[in-house]
Amino acid sequence: MIAWLGRTLTGVVSTFVESAEELRIHRTRVLLSLIGVAVAVFALTTVLGAAAVAQQALDESNERGSGRPAMLSASLFTPSGEPVDADAANAAWRSAAERHEIGYESRVAYGTLSAQFVDGLSNVDSTVVDVDYGVMHRTAMQEGQWFVDGDEQRFAPALVVNRPFWEKLGSPPLATHPTVELRGADGPVTAVVVGVVRTSDYETYPRSFALADSVDRFGLVPEAYLAFGYEAWVPIDAAEELAIRLTAELTAALPGTEASVNRQDYLSWGGGDPLLVLKLVVAGVAVVILLLGALGLVTISLVTVKYRIREIGIRRSFGATSGRVFFSVLMESVVGTAVAGGIGVALAIVAVKSPLFEQLVGQGMVEDFPPFPLDAALIGIASSVLVGALAGLLPAVTAVRVRVIDAIRF
Amino acid sequence: MSIISLEGVGRTVERPDAPPLTILSSVDLEIADGDRVSVVGRSGSGKSTLLNLLGLLDRPTQGTIRFDGAEVRRLSDARLARLRGASIGFVFQQFNLLPGRTAIENVMTPLLYDRGTAFWRRERLATEMLGRVGLGERITSMPDRMSGGEQQRVAIARALVRRPRLILADEPTGALDLETGGTVMALMEEVARETGAALVTITHDPAIARRAVRHLRLDAGVISPLDDEPGPGGTSPADATAPIGAVERAPLARVAATETDEVLA
Repeated sequence: MIAWLGRTLTGVVSTFVESAEELRIHRTRVLLSLIGVAVAVFALTTVLGAAAVAQQALDESNERGSGRPAMLSASLFTPSGEPVDADAANAAWRSAAERHEIGYESRVAYGTLSAQFVDGLSNVDSTVVDVDYGVMHRTAMQEGQWFVDGDEQRFAPALVVNRPFWEKLGSPPLATHPTVELRGADGPVTAVVVGVVRTSDYETYPRSFALADSVDRFGLVPEAYLAFGYEAWVPIDAAEELAIRLTAELTAALPGTEASVNRQDYLSWGGGDPLLVLKLVVAGVAVVILLLGALGLVTISLVTVKYRIREIGIRRSFGATSGRVFFSVLMESVVGTAVAGGIGVALAIVAVKSPLFEQLVGQGMVEDFPPFPLDAALIGIASSVLVGALAGLLPAVTAVRVRVIDAIRF
Repeated sequence: MSIISLEGVGRTVERPDAPPLTILSSVDLEIADGDRVSVVGRSGSGKSTLLNLLGLLDRPTQGTIRFDGAEVRRLSDARLARLRGASIGFVFQQFNLLPGRTAIENVMTPLLYDRGTAFWRRERLATEMLGRVGLGERITSMPDRMSGGEQQRVAIARALVRRPRLILADEPTGALDLETGGTVMALMEEVARETGAALVTITHDPAIARRAVRHLRLDAGVISPLDDEPGPGGTSPADATAPIGAVERAPLARVAATETDEVLA
């Protein structure tokens, strides 16, 4: 038994030693022939990695707009069109949110602030929210910070603005607590800019966020123009049931008022992956590149096996079994393509994680760049090994079918 | 002790638009430990086919080959390969050294197929064998930087490194000048004698043929003894195809040079 184990172990080790030797001897040719595979794997892996970054950028963009999944949006209205009693609505909403232990919820309204800039008075679109809104909408900051609890108590209301707004103020350091004069119900109100949100290059108009309580206290937006809705960030699994319950509870708590609670996050939009077509097209191109690389590899391998027939015959004459020859030729291809695949994946990681690439794909709007996707790296390596196995199979079979006596005379 | 025996062995090859071609017919031959056999014959007489059959590189179409008493026909290709690797060493006319490998890497190659301790000691064994053939100082040389004689010595070291029982030499001096050829043959015979291996040499060179103890002639696929008079150790022409064991090498004068030359004419 021990002798058998020893022979088997020696057989296995010697097989790998022989394959490694073959690879070492033919390394230049193998490496040259693998450039195509490395490029193909690089392309394939880069596409997959870039797609992951693009997906993240899209998700974050969607989350900034419609909130993180699952985001419930509640709107209240009266059949007659009369304004909803804001205090009663707030109380009913808070009560329902506490009952269901909703961790993140916010009032949301859209209004216009009158802000005094150096070039005159401007109406600035403003989103009126509670503190939780920042987390719920993955609001990324360029400067300063988002609202914190207690900001609504400030004597000068806090504002979070976008970059155009900040630039209209002269891009002052936020540590200096820059102010802007707003028009309130009882006259001018000095607001303090506490943060600047990260802003897309495409956004050129000033915009701001203000806390609902501050807006209410200082009358920054005429009440008649301020129709609050509510948002709640809830677990995806519970979203559907919570929407039904909240609808019922708000309707019951506010007689004469109708409530509508629905999901608004991007996952509820349906329609599938918006990047799917792009991903398929680019992946298709990468697969074609990979196949071309494999074809080149097969061609080179076949030619070199023909060239090496005499060598194979000599090895057979010294006791190499057909299995050893098959394994050796196959391993040469597989190990070679695996190395090429590794290089391709490494280059893809460097490319995808480079600041230039992140800027290009993310457009400065991606807060959390995802790590290089493991599945992309694994697919890259697996593809290269598969290509190596397929490309090595034909030459390996050819090598095995060589008649020793013919090979030696070749 | 008999290493390999051929009984009524024939080899024919099929041809697409012609009747089968008989390369060897009814060959009876036995090679024992320590044998020194030379085979001469015209080109196309079947010498290489005989060598391939003796080396288990080919299978006969008629007759029976036994290696160590086991019928070769019944052995699988893998078993034959292992048997070949363990028991048979080949020396080729064109050396057939593996390109891109140093002398020691070439000599280590057969040891890669040893499943015993020789695999793990392959470097030391190869170094020793290269030293044995006088190339101890050139173990890292590439074959293309060596002379023909040195290359053939590397090939001999490679053929003998696994201590084969049967050495098959196909025109081993064909690519060498007379003097170098003689040196190489002497070396091969010496190492074979030390290890007790049988040496079968196929050659066109009468001088090389005369170095053997048993002299065979192949003519149109038929094997026959070359000697007309009793060979060394009392071998007569009638029993020249029978094993004679490790007999003392015949004096060169004992081989009828004229007959050998006639065959080669």
